[in-house]
Amino acid sequence: MSIAQGLRRAGTDPSTAAVFLITILGALWSLFAAAFAPDAAMRGQSWLILGGFLTGIIMLVGTIAGGGVIDDEREYNENLIKAGVIATLFWGIAGLLVGVIIALQLAFPVLNIEQFGFTNFGRLRPLHTSAVIFAFGGNALLATSFYVVQRTCRTRIAGGIWPWFVFWGYNFFIVIAASGYIIGITQSKEYAEPEWYADLWLTLVWVVYLLVFLGTLWKRKEPHIYVANWFYLAFIVTIAVLHVVNNLAVPVSFLGSRSYSLFAGVQDALTQWWYGHNAVGFFLTAGFLGIMYYFIPKRVQRPVYSYRLSIIHFWSLIFIYIWAGPHHLHYTALPEWAQTLGMTFSIMLWMPSWGGMINGLMTLSGAWDKLRTDPVVRMLVLSVAFYGMSTFEGPVMSIRAVNALSHYTDWTVGHVHSGALGWVGFISFGAMYCLVPWLWKRKGMHSKALVDWHFWIATFGILLYITSMWVAGIMQGLMWRAYNELGFLEFSFVETVEAMHIQYIIRAVGGLLYLSGALIMAYNVYRTIKGDVTEEDEHVVPQTAAIPAE
Amino acid sequence: MHETLSIFAQTGGLLIFVFLFAGVVAYALWPRNQARFDAAANTPLTESDTPATSGQNEDGIHVR
Repeated sequence: MSIAQGLRRAGTDPSTAAVFLITILGALWSLFAAAFAPDAAMRGQSWLILGGFLTGIIMLVGTIAGGGVIDDEREYNENLIKAGVIATLFWGIAGLLVGVIIALQLAFPVLNIEQFGFTNFGRLRPLHTSAVIFAFGGNALLATSFYVVQRTCRTRIAGGIWPWFVFWGYNFFIVIAASGYIIGITQSKEYAEPEWYADLWLTLVWVVYLLVFLGTLWKRKEPHIYVANWFYLAFIVTIAVLHVVNNLAVPVSFLGSRSYSLFAGVQDALTQWWYGHNAVGFFLTAGFLGIMYYFIPKRVQRPVYSYRLSIIHFWSLIFIYIWAGPHHLHYTALPEWAQTLGMTFSIMLWMPSWGGMINGLMTLSGAWDKLRTDPVVRMLVLSVAFYGMSTFEGPVMSIRAVNALSHYTDWTVGHVHSGALGWVGFISFGAMYCLVPWLWKRKGMHSKALVDWHFWIATFGILLYITSMWVAGIMQGLMWRAYNELGFLEFSFVETVEAMHIQYIIRAVGGLLYLSGALIMAYNVYRTIKGDVTEEDEHVVPQTAAIPAE
Repeated sequence: MHETLSIFAQTGGLLIFVFLFAGVVAYALWPRNQARFDAAANTPLTESDTPATSGQNEDGIHVR
């Protein structure tokens, strides 16, 4: 491994020049917006955007002065993944913290401090969802996809400086979106709140991401494209389509923040939930299944249980998921046949979901003892178990009769979090616990005991969260539909809110525990990166051990 | 026009999707593909710390 000396650098290659041009144009636009934007929020935010582009220009000048970006086919680009791991942890903690704050606001409304608009639940809620889904989850997907595609294709990531553009550009998008929510810039589409200029920027970043990924697949040194890459590719392609279509809008002006959606009424609702549910299906499911199909086999040193099942899992998931969105619109103006279609496809999703879960779990056959000895495997396996549980619960809730009770209640919130905290969170944490020793070349984590603590504290937190939300949601649904003997509604809305006070407190405690687990992890990762690793962990397999040749 | 388009989207779409999916299942279960899938399943387990730069054997394992 001749890492340090004589790595080839690209010089001022076309990719660096193109990114340079993009940052200059971006800086000019934001300067004009800062001066002439019609709304005050945009004039304020433009300074932040300008600051971002100027930072980009400074970083580019630094890269060019250093001889250009490292572009050496003799080694993998691991610095990119290291940056992604750190960003994942940072945004994870930020997003979970905002989650705990808004959970407390629901339990104690006085925490919506009236003097400060930005502490309003309505502004902090999209901040939380975007931070955990797109910032934490997105960075986990960027980092792991760039790692997995390089390793399984046996080739360095393609595209010169473009992968770095994807990483920084994506995180820049998050900062633009998040700061916009706080000062009240939103287009009010759930999980698609950023306004048109942020959407355009994300589109650019995402197309580059797709091209970098395809370019790496194109120059692979391996005959077969490993199944994890199929899931990542489906995630990238589908998110591009969903993002572009759902955000079709006409800006009011070229420098202002406001825009009007192309869609209205029931068409808007259907497009929004076609987007919203497939954000779950392709961002929070397909992408993280890519993590499952690489990191579980790698960590337990067993090939995936059935490669054939993984192919059928992939294609059936792709074929079915895209139709499930209308189950969010039961009892609305959407035609009933379309609602039934969404419900039917949701139930059909049981098959690929459970097929995939079985495939992930059975990969451990012959290595079940690792559940006892390796807390990281335990985390990955519990994550897949939560995947199975929430993909069982989801189709049940999509049935119209069940939905009549569950919709708009906190049962939905509990369901989402068993998927988000259990499946997405744990598979990401598990992958990060694998990646940190591999990337920083350590014998193990700083403390295996702290991984165990993280696992148990976070698991207990999830259990508190989902059980309290089951109780709250079902109670709320039953109270809403209770009539008295004269045919009037038994309870006013605020009485249902009052009844849920204790469950809201339990939920906040659950969230706090989950956040504590993440903080423990951040400390453990920090010590590991610093080099404070005393004991060797036999589960952190040296990457070279499996290769007998050379 | 509406008639033509709806036949294309509904009947045509149904047939295309069903045949595509049948093709996928046949590809996955075809007995002769077993060896390729076995090799592919081992991809994460046979990797090295550096990219494959030069020659390779049929299994895609680095032989330089």
